Amino acid sequence: MTLRFEDFPPGHYGSFGPRHVTREEMLAFAAEFDPQPMHLDEEAASQTMLKGLSGSGWHLCSIMMRMMFDGFIGRTASLGSPGVNELRWLAPLRPGDDLTLDVEVLEARVSRSRPETGIVTIKNVARNAAGLALCEMVSPLMIARRADAAAGKAG
Amino acid sequence: MPFFEDIEVGMRREIGSFTFTAELIKKFASQFDPQRFHLDEEEGKKSLFGGLAASGWHVGSVCMKLMVAAGQRTAKEAAARGEKVAVGGPSPGFRELRWIKPVLAGDTVHFSSEVESLRSSEKRPEWGIVQIRNRGTNQRGELVFSFLGIAFVARRHSSS
Repeated sequence: MTLRFEDFPPGHYGSFGPRHVTREEMLAFAAEFDPQPMHLDEEAASQTMLKGLSGSGWHLCSIMMRMMFDGFIGRTASLGSPGVNELRWLAPLRPGDDLTLDVEVLEARVSRSRPETGIVTIKNVARNAAGLALCEMVSPLMIARRADAAAGKAG
Repeated sequence: MPFFEDIEVGMRREIGSFTFTAELIKKFASQFDPQRFHLDEEEGKKSLFGGLAASGWHVGSVCMKLMVAAGQRTAKEAAARGEKVAVGGPSPGFRELRWIKPVLAGDTVHFSSEVESLRSSEKRPEWGIVQIRNRGTNQRGELVFSFLGIAFVARRHSSS
């Protein structure tokens, strides 16, 4: 069954993962999108503020997107997202990390301009196996409403 | 990368351009964001995007790619002039990221950045904190992407 706007009431939505992140995929992403020494070279990375090889923040975001897709977006009537209100990289992603993703619905409201669409604002927190938060973001998702609910409100 | 002391509010920089081909859009999406409108032309046409659309995380990652390349070019030029080059620090995050319009297969996005604010880091006196508005504009001049990035930038006289 496809999940719709009505399936995302405010509160804890779910926890997803674990997702194992290999050193090879970290280096491959960094080589293509973020070739800074702190993401590519162990020796150079040890001299930086992050004190050791770390994954690109954009790689972590992209992995979080995939975890959301596998967790629920893949079976949701998703219409995309207009953006990210706030994102914080709190601690470095390290080779071999096993990530979990906690998803909380902060707000769910019907779009003013498109009454058949709901806007669900979620907070995602990615944690490593030790429970340390690596990244948190607050982002609105656009999700189609159930036909009967949308018709009732629009009419 | 310039030192914190060399940066002023309002400074603008052209970051570079990138063409999002259907092949690249699908490659990124199949790995990180396999929603149907990022993988299939027909599904894209049926969606709100009106065509095969790049994942928003693909657009952000490409912006990062071009920012790193631009920074490396600047560092090389400064080194060629015999100037000391600052080391770029990590970013604690960003705010107000907006996927304003879809980036469709074949679109070329030009990215630029503008310094919005500067402040010192209380916890790390050897670093300054810069807020930079990064923008992406497509080949029709339409603003498609923007975010307010936050970055640590090394100070010139960190030991004094």
